[in-house]
Amino acid sequence: MATQESAAGAPLLDVRSVSLRYRDAGDGTLEVLRDVSLHVNAGEFVALIGPSGSGKTTLLSLIAGLEEPTAGEIALHGDAHMPRLGYIGYMPQRDLLLPWRSALDNAIAGLEARGVPKAEARVRARLLFQQFGLTGFERAWPSTLSGGMRQRVAFARAVLAGGELLLLDEPFGALDALTRLGLQRWLAEISTTLGLTCLLVTHDLDEALLLADRVYVLTPRPGRILLERSISAPRPRAPEALSTPEVAAVKAELRAALLGSQEGAPVL
Amino acid sequence: MTLDQRQVDAPLESGSEQTAASGAINHARHVAWRERVRQAARHVIPVALAVGALLLAWQLYASRPDADQQILPTPVAVWNALIAQREPLWGHTLVTLYETVVGFTAALVAGVVFAALIDFSPWLRRAIYPLLVVSQTIPIITLAPLLVLWFGIGVLSKTIVITLVCFFPITVALADGLRGADPELIRLYRTFGADRWRIFRSVKLPGALPSLFSGVRIAVAYSVIGAIFAEYVGAEAGLGFYIQQKQHGFATAAVLAAIVVTALLSLALFGLVALVERLALPWYYLQRRPSRS
Repeated sequence: MATQESAAGAPLLDVRSVSLRYRDAGDGTLEVLRDVSLHVNAGEFVALIGPSGSGKTTLLSLIAGLEEPTAGEIALHGDAHMPRLGYIGYMPQRDLLLPWRSALDNAIAGLEARGVPKAEARVRARLLFQQFGLTGFERAWPSTLSGGMRQRVAFARAVLAGGELLLLDEPFGALDALTRLGLQRWLAEISTTLGLTCLLVTHDLDEALLLADRVYVLTPRPGRILLERSISAPRPRAPEALSTPEVAAVKAELRAALLGSQEGAPVL
Repeated sequence: MTLDQRQVDAPLESGSEQTAASGAINHARHVAWRERVRQAARHVIPVALAVGALLLAWQLYASRPDADQQILPTPVAVWNALIAQREPLWGHTLVTLYETVVGFTAALVAGVVFAALIDFSPWLRRAIYPLLVVSQTIPIITLAPLLVLWFGIGVLSKTIVITLVCFFPITVALADGLRGADPELIRLYRTFGADRWRIFRSVKLPGALPSLFSGVRIAVAYSVIGAIFAEYVGAEAGLGFYIQQKQHGFATAAVLAAIVVTALLSLALFGLVALVERLALPWYYLQRRPSRS
């Protein structure tokens, strides 16, 4: 079949020339995203950096299927008609754990909503809890957990909910600096071990460089792709990897692009 | 529901120094228990003293030589009336309790249904919600004579009064609670592929329970008053009916005894709701006591 052939070579996620306009209160429209194209291959970790207000979060909700673009299309395995709601793991900045559910039952929320029987979902979540260093906290109420642990539970929930692709929306933004460093290193390890395919939105350059195979830079609104760079250093990376000449050069280039775009002058 | 204790134990059971840790936990629990008793005593002693002083003053005032027992009986006389009348009082209490429970249950069911409808349809919200809020300003109790006129002096008219009295606070509280659900949480559930019904029962309803319970507490407080008043207006049995009868016979001590029973009934129902709330929402009380972790 032709579709299967094209699917074999297609990236897991393919965002093709996506634009988004909102009708604002008056007669005008608000252009949020303009002609954005990006892709994420299976097993790849991709970071999306941009100043606040560049439509990063909006792009993620388009990819997750919460909204539809005004123009362009979003394909999974090369298929633009594949439903996305229920198939992509989404992890927001706030952990959004349900305070009335135990840690384990929070982790199974996505599976449960998809109709997976509770017992089976719990078995899968327990396994993940072991890998995430959460064993022993299955029954704990979220309010008794530390911020870092809550975030790991939320991550487990996203991994269980989204079969193949994880969207991480500034997942460590609300944490204190020390916890954030610890979790970044942990994510670097676990995403490599589990072979996760991730699209990370961040405005932290070091976070992107520590975690990602490839980085896209987005301009301020209307968001456009300004730059795309690969980081060839093997993953998982130790923090020291950031000071190698190769990575340092990429960092300098990305920073210049971000600063340039901030001033409003297109660097393209 | 997971019990409080079990979930506190869980992390420790898998730890390596299990026995040492559980010993320490037992000790901590013992200390916590004694602390709780001390706290309770600190709260109970002042109010017990105040009530005692009031009763003593009343006793002294009402037993002075020129006092008329028919106008103001002493607390001792009220107590004696309570003992002497315990059988009829018990019978009338059961009638009032029955009316209250049936009326309250009907209001709870109707309240949940209406709140869910309002939550599901913005159109229905715009249609119904203003009516609910405005209706809160009507003292429903004053409708009791009309309801007795329409539905007779039996149990039905009392039940309707109680249902009306309880319905509005329950509906409004739950509707507000459902509306207060975190929109980001709803978006997250949508990325799971969840439909509206799933979001309602997994996110909105559990999150609105604390709000529902505050509505229920108000409703319960109103419900007994509603029952008494409706019975007072016209009935064949019940505490309100009893009070009215005794008042006509100038048996003031028996009237006061029935009022004491009414207050105790309200308190008991209120306590029952508080107990159910604690059992149903352990997470909510845990959150309000952050020192626990």
